[in-house]
Amino acid sequence: MTLPIIQSRPDFAAIAAWIPHGASVLDLGCGDGSLLDYLKTEREARGYGVEIDDRNILRCIARGVNVIQGNLEEGLSGFETGAFDFVILSQTLQATRHTEKLVREMLRVGREGIVSFPNFGYWKNLLQVLRGHMPISDELPYQWYDTPNVHLCTLRDFEQLCHDLSMQILDQRVITGGREISLLPNLLGSTAVYRFKRNT
Amino acid sequence: MTRSSFRLRGFYFWNAMDNSVGIVQAQHANFDQPLTCLSSGVLPRYDLAYETYGSLNADKSNAILICHALSGNHHVAGTYADDPKNVGWWDNMVGPGKPVDTNRFFVLGLNNLGGCHGTTGPSSIDPRSGQPYGSNFPMMTVEDWVESQARLADRLGIKQFAAVMGGSLGGMQAMQWAITYPERVRHVLAIASAPCLTTENIAFNDVARNAILTDPDFHGGDFYQHGVVPTRGLRLARMLGHITYLSDDAMAGKFGRGLRSGKYKFGYDIEFEVESYLRYQGDKFASYFDANTYLLMTKALDYFDPARHTEHNLAHAFAPIQAGFLVVSFSSDWRFSPDRSREIVKALLHNRCNISYAEIQSRHGHDSFLMQDEQYFAVMRNYLDNIAREVSR
Repeated sequence: MTLPIIQSRPDFAAIAAWIPHGASVLDLGCGDGSLLDYLKTEREARGYGVEIDDRNILRCIARGVNVIQGNLEEGLSGFETGAFDFVILSQTLQATRHTEKLVREMLRVGREGIVSFPNFGYWKNLLQVLRGHMPISDELPYQWYDTPNVHLCTLRDFEQLCHDLSMQILDQRVITGGREISLLPNLLGSTAVYRFKRNT
Repeated sequence: MTRSSFRLRGFYFWNAMDNSVGIVQAQHANFDQPLTCLSSGVLPRYDLAYETYGSLNADKSNAILICHALSGNHHVAGTYADDPKNVGWWDNMVGPGKPVDTNRFFVLGLNNLGGCHGTTGPSSIDPRSGQPYGSNFPMMTVEDWVESQARLADRLGIKQFAAVMGGSLGGMQAMQWAITYPERVRHVLAIASAPCLTTENIAFNDVARNAILTDPDFHGGDFYQHGVVPTRGLRLARMLGHITYLSDDAMAGKFGRGLRSGKYKFGYDIEFEVESYLRYQGDKFASYFDANTYLLMTKALDYFDPARHTEHNLAHAFAPIQAGFLVVSFSSDWRFSPDRSREIVKALLHNRCNISYAEIQSRHGHDSFLMQDEQYFAVMRNYLDNIAREVSR
C-alpha cells in the first residue's frame, strides 16, 4: 500500500531512511499525508502535518493522519520549541516567501530539519536557460508566470544558507529519476534532500 | 459495518437533506442520588430529558454523546409525531447517511441540568419547598453537567463513548469529558469552541444577564410565583446574543440597509429589515425559553476555564487527556475565533495527543457550526468514518 508512494516521490525514500523508529515528526506542507502515513506505518512515527489546502486536509483526515490547517508563511508559532525530533519540508522550500525565517523556525521547533527541493542547477534546467527560457520539467512543471516557486536555488546556494544561518549539514542525498547521484551532484542531480541541525 | 453498506453511501450523500432519523420521542431518566455542584449547591434528585437515535452495538462501543450549546436541548435530530415542524437543532449533521451516521452510531442527546425542556431546572418544582426552584436553583458549571451526563451514561450501560462532541459551549463539555473521564472518551470533536471565554465574551454575557436581572418582572428569579415572565429582558438578551453569533458580512448580506416600507418613517417602530429580524428572533425565543435557564447557561460559559487549576497553563490542564481530537473553527466567527481553537490545538500538541484541526472558510460567524457547509461536513464525515471503523473492528 505504501510502497508506490515512495516510488512516486523519490525524495520520500531518502527522508524515510533518516527517520528512526518511534521518532516525532512535523511535516510542513504535508499535502495528502502520504509521507506521514508511510512514516506512521513503517516507522511508528508520531507525526503531524501542516497543510493549507482544504482538499488535502480532507485526504489527511480520511487516512487518519494528524493534520493542522494553517499557513506556513505565518510562521510556526503554534508549535512549541523543541517539540519534535524532525521537521520536514519536502518540495515546499522553493515556494515559501519567508524562506530564511521558516528554515530558522524549523530548527526552533525540531531537533533536526529535513528539506528537499528541485535543484535549479541541474544541467537540463541550465540548458533551457541557455536556450533562452525558464526551465520546465517534472520537478518544475510551471510556466514562469504561474509558478508558485519564488525562491529557487541550487545545491550550493542551500549549503551557503545553512552556513550563513550557523546550521550544520548532517547528510545529503541527490537524486535524478529515482536514482542516487554521487558524481557532480550540483550539475547532475534534479532533486536534493538535506538533513541539518543547529551548530552547537 | 452495520446495514449502511458502501453501496448506499453515495445515495445518502446526495439525499442528506432528506435523510432524517424520523419520528423521535424524548425519554426521561430520574436520579435519586443527590448531585453536589461545584458551587456547593445540591440537587437532591433530578430528571434528565434525553433522546437517542440509532442502535447501541453488542459491546456498546458505538455511542456518541452530543452536548448542546447555550439554547439547545436534547432534541438533536428528527421530529415529533405531534409536532412535525419541530426539527432537531442539529438535524443536518445527525441522521442516516449524515456525518454522524445513525446507521453506524448510537447517538445520545440530553437537555443539561438547569434547562427548560424537561430536564430539572429553575422552573421545576423543588421537592423541599413544593415551589419552583427559581433563585434557589444551584449555579451550574460544565463540570457539573459532565458529572450528570456520566451518570446517564452509566444508566445506559455506556462505559466509553466513541466520541463526545459539540459546538461552542457543547465543545467545552466535550473537552471537560476528556479531562475528567479520560478513559471514557475515545474522541472529542470540539467545534467553534474555546478553552475559556474572552473578556469581551464575558462582557456580552453580562449585558445580556443585566437585561434579564433588571426586568421588573424578574422578581429576583422567583417570577413563577408572581405569574409573570421577564419577557422584555429575555428578549433583549437574545437580540444581543444573536448579533454576536452572526458576522457583519452575514448580516449585511442578509439584510443590508433594507427598509420594510421602502422609505424612512422617522420614528422608533421597526424600519430596517435587521430590526424586524432581531425583534422577531427575540420574541420567539422569549415565548418558550426560561429566563433563569438563560442566566445559568451564560454563567456556565463564563466559569469554564480548565486552566484555572493549573496556573493558567492549558497544556497542563489537558495533561490527563487520552482522546483523539478533531478541532474545527470558522473564519468569520469572532465570538469563538480560530485563534481560540488554535490555543486548544497547541495545548493538545504539547501533550502529544492525536489531533487534527480544520479552519473552515465561512461567512456565517459563530452560527456557522449549525450550518450546512461542504468542507465542514466533509471534515466531520471523514473523521467520524474513521471512528466508525475503529469501533466496529
